[in-house]
Amino acid sequence: MWLATCTECEKRIQCEPFLFRSVTTVRLSDLPKGACAVVERVEDAHANDLIAQRLRDLGFVAGERVRLVARGPVGADPLLIQIGSTRFALRRAEAARVTVQEDVA
Amino acid sequence: MSADSLRIALVGNPNSGKTALFNQLTGGRQKVANYAGVTVERKEGRFTAPSGRVMQVLDLPGTYSFDAASPDEQITRDVLEGNYPGEAAPDLIICVADATNLRLHLRFVLEVKRLGRPVVLALNMMDAARHRGIVIDVPELQHRLGVPVVETIAVKRGGVGALVTRVDGELPEASPALPDDPASRASLHDEVRALMAATVTMPRATARIDDALDRWMLHPIVGLLTLAVVMFLVFQAVYASGKPMSDLIGNGFAWLGGYCATVLPDGPIRDLVINGLFGGLGTVLGFLPVILVLFFFILMLEESGYLPRAAFLLDRLMVSVGLTGRSFIPLLSSFACAIPGIMGTRSITDPRDRLATILVAPLMTCSARLPVYALLIGAFIPARRVFGLFNLQGVVLFALYVAGIVGAMAVGWVIKRIRRDKSEHALLMELPSYRLPRVRDVAIGLWERGTVFLKRLTGVILALTVLMWCISTFPKPPAGAIGPAINYSFAGYLGRFLQHIFAPLGFNWQITLSLIPAFAARETAVATLATVYAVSGDAQNGGLAHALAGNFPLATALSLLVWFAFAPQCMSTLAVIRRETNSWRNVVISFSYMFAVAYAASFITFQVARLFS
Repeated sequence: MWLATCTECEKRIQCEPFLFRSVTTVRLSDLPKGACAVVERVEDAHANDLIAQRLRDLGFVAGERVRLVARGPVGADPLLIQIGSTRFALRRAEAARVTVQEDVA
Repeated sequence: MSADSLRIALVGNPNSGKTALFNQLTGGRQKVANYAGVTVERKEGRFTAPSGRVMQVLDLPGTYSFDAASPDEQITRDVLEGNYPGEAAPDLIICVADATNLRLHLRFVLEVKRLGRPVVLALNMMDAARHRGIVIDVPELQHRLGVPVVETIAVKRGGVGALVTRVDGELPEASPALPDDPASRASLHDEVRALMAATVTMPRATARIDDALDRWMLHPIVGLLTLAVVMFLVFQAVYASGKPMSDLIGNGFAWLGGYCATVLPDGPIRDLVINGLFGGLGTVLGFLPVILVLFFFILMLEESGYLPRAAFLLDRLMVSVGLTGRSFIPLLSSFACAIPGIMGTRSITDPRDRLATILVAPLMTCSARLPVYALLIGAFIPARRVFGLFNLQGVVLFALYVAGIVGAMAVGWVIKRIRRDKSEHALLMELPSYRLPRVRDVAIGLWERGTVFLKRLTGVILALTVLMWCISTFPKPPAGAIGPAINYSFAGYLGRFLQHIFAPLGFNWQITLSLIPAFAARETAVATLATVYAVSGDAQNGGLAHALAGNFPLATALSLLVWFAFAPQCMSTLAVIRRETNSWRNVVISFSYMFAVAYAASFITFQVARLFS
């Protein structure tokens, strides 16, 4: 186990050697505030899901790092997601299409 | 294309600074119109390059990708490919990308490049990029992309010099056109990653100032408080500066009319000029200061990047009543006047959400309703204290405002229930970096909105105002007639005819008659009531209130107040709905549903109040 710097939030996080790295796969909408994760994939909620397609176009593709920056004041909705240098507000239903691997500190 | 002019199309992601670049290139020489049949704005401008060539620049809507679900993106793609009817294919595409946000924007650059047309990439906001320590290897990027890359600072004078020089030179060679299929789309991200790794060094993904500001602006408590303070200040400013200017314009035209009265010979022409023409112009132009002051603040909020933050904070609340976070600012503007509110819905990208917002916006209590409320409340509601704390008159006024808001929520909820398209519409909203608004961009934005209002609406509203004047004036009363002239006019007959419809609401024929000119502008109801009750002198003062209190009961007054809270007025609003949605159907829907709601609410109010009194 060693320490590395998260490229998104500049926090020191604990990482384990790749093979033993403990990651949990969750939905982007279930991340706690401030958490970093790596996008696994965007799932279509139904056939010809334009919202899922748009999410992929905006850069939600496998391997991209994301961070949950803030949550709305009512019902923790919408969510503010940082991906690269961009911040997107996504409603929970939109964020639920994205599965991510959460870094476990 | 003539030999010495070049057609340039400007494209880029939203928030790439494309519009600022367009303003910097073309200055004020812009033409704004709509693409036929849709409400997507078409902006064109021109400038003369140092070589003497005239450059025609088309500013296309901001686009994230060509996968195009929205009408803007479809139009952007069609225009670039030369497939849009009546629009010649551009000779050159300038693709604008934010240098601080290349990971997102480069993907669209690659999509544009694949169209197979000559492209120049403008790396915009280079000042901000340098400030943040972002280093971009421009020669390498140019080499790898295979298109010319030029650095620009759109917000700085002279910040586009290199771009103008490049555009003025030889046309760059087009890259080969590539097919657009899902597999190659997926590879775009890999291309972007490779480009980023090879050419861009970023010390930090975001600007520190953005992180710090967002920590507070989006905070569940501090953020909402800040929003409330910002909105309060905007409203104070609208009432403190916009309202007096509106009154000044109204009085100015009244004075002009008075002057004409001394010059023109007595007769119907004189009457038309004074009351029809100048009265109408005063009403229409009187809207202008309120509209401009409101838009000044909306533009400031938009340019600074705060608007999407407000939408973020309120989205959940608005969604629960069938709207979106972006509906908030237009609806709030509607408290001053529904016209800028409805024009402001352009910031709502989703057509369905935009229409829903337009339909409920007129329910917000606009400032023109205040004179009517003030008169009726003053005449019928005693100024006593309730619960030893509140003034009953104030409580009634407050209740009327609440009725508008609750009504709008209910209508939004019903629209959500009954509309056929129940599919999920996304928020997917980018929160851009905070920026200081630029005088030039705000000024051009204000100019655009002001001219749209004057050019496209003044004619319609003026014509309707003159029509209203005609039916309230002709035919003239017979010789020896007693009673005010309006009683004998078409409006008088119409009022008595409509009275059968309005009787269940407790309206007598005088009130019904006053509703007809109120359709031109609500506040004129006060003047009309003064005329029919033949009150001499200043209608605003005690005289009219006294006359009203003697002529109809409290139940009627309450019913009339409720009517004004929901009724489909004024026709300027309906004209704006027609213009902004490009459809008479929406005008008919707005008018009918508001008429039905107002009728039902007034009926209930009158019948219940009668039981108690």
